Amino acid sequence: MVTASWYLILAAALFTIGAVGLLVRRNPLIMFMCVELMLNAVNLTFITFGRELNDIGGQVSVFFVLVVAAAEVVVGLAIVVAINRRRPQATADDLSALRG
Amino acid sequence: METAVFIVCAAIVLAGALGVVLARNPVHAALSLVGTLFGMAVLFLNLEAHFLAAVQIIVYAGAIVVLFLFVIMLLGVDRLEDLSVEPITGQRTLAALVGLGTFGLAVAFILSSDIGAVGHIQVLTLDITDQYSNLRQIADVLFTDYVYAFEATAALLTISVVGAVVMSRRMARSDEAQESAGDD
Repeated sequence: MVTASWYLILAAALFTIGAVGLLVRRNPLIMFMCVELMLNAVNLTFITFGRELNDIGGQVSVFFVLVVAAAEVVVGLAIVVAINRRRPQATADDLSALRG
Repeated sequence: METAVFIVCAAIVLAGALGVVLARNPVHAALSLVGTLFGMAVLFLNLEAHFLAAVQIIVYAGAIVVLFLFVIMLLGVDRLEDLSVEPITGQRTLAALVGLGTFGLAVAFILSSDIGAVGHIQVLTLDITDQYSNLRQIADVLFTDYVYAFEATAALLTISVVGAVVMSRRMARSDEAQESAGDD
């Protein structure tokens, strides 16, 4: 029988991989994907606790996380496209100033 | 059965996550992300969140990853990245330390707390019952308790789409202005 702890440990591992990737990688697109990994880890935690506490609120929270993640990706990728017009192949290290 | 599904999906999820972090080619990273999201959807099914498993596939694998791939192809950044160079000295050591700390603390907390023995906690929104389908239970809460939050997410999505369009257009116009100024 799989207990809730297993799911939570898996979510912790996934969150850690995403966090380390966000710190290590310099490509903005890969960094966005690492943020998605971390969001997914949180989603898994929400659903696990929702089942464990017998409360549908966990799944409703995940629904909102999904919507916000979609909005975040749209705006984030628009920023990446806008930056790439001005400075092709820019990494996160090249983007120390906000003005183009 | 649940154990077997969990072990297989956990392996897929972790392998995909490592693929995202370690892949040199952004396209491979995006495809690894699909693997992770798919394994996660099956885990959602394991946890009896049927609606969210479907939404996970449709929104994440169907929309978000395709958007990632579209931007990768549009920008032409699908070249290999040299991962052997460390941009900042000691960055990876520090990141590994942060990761070990995060994971260690989280696991220590999970194992030391008695998560299974929380039956006495009062249900805040709605019980998960077998009486109605999973979708109906989510809808019941979403359109009563959280209806204002739901409307706010509609506004958020509209604003983000408009913002993305405006951002792309304005940058293009100022590029042209700069080029014409450079010609003069």
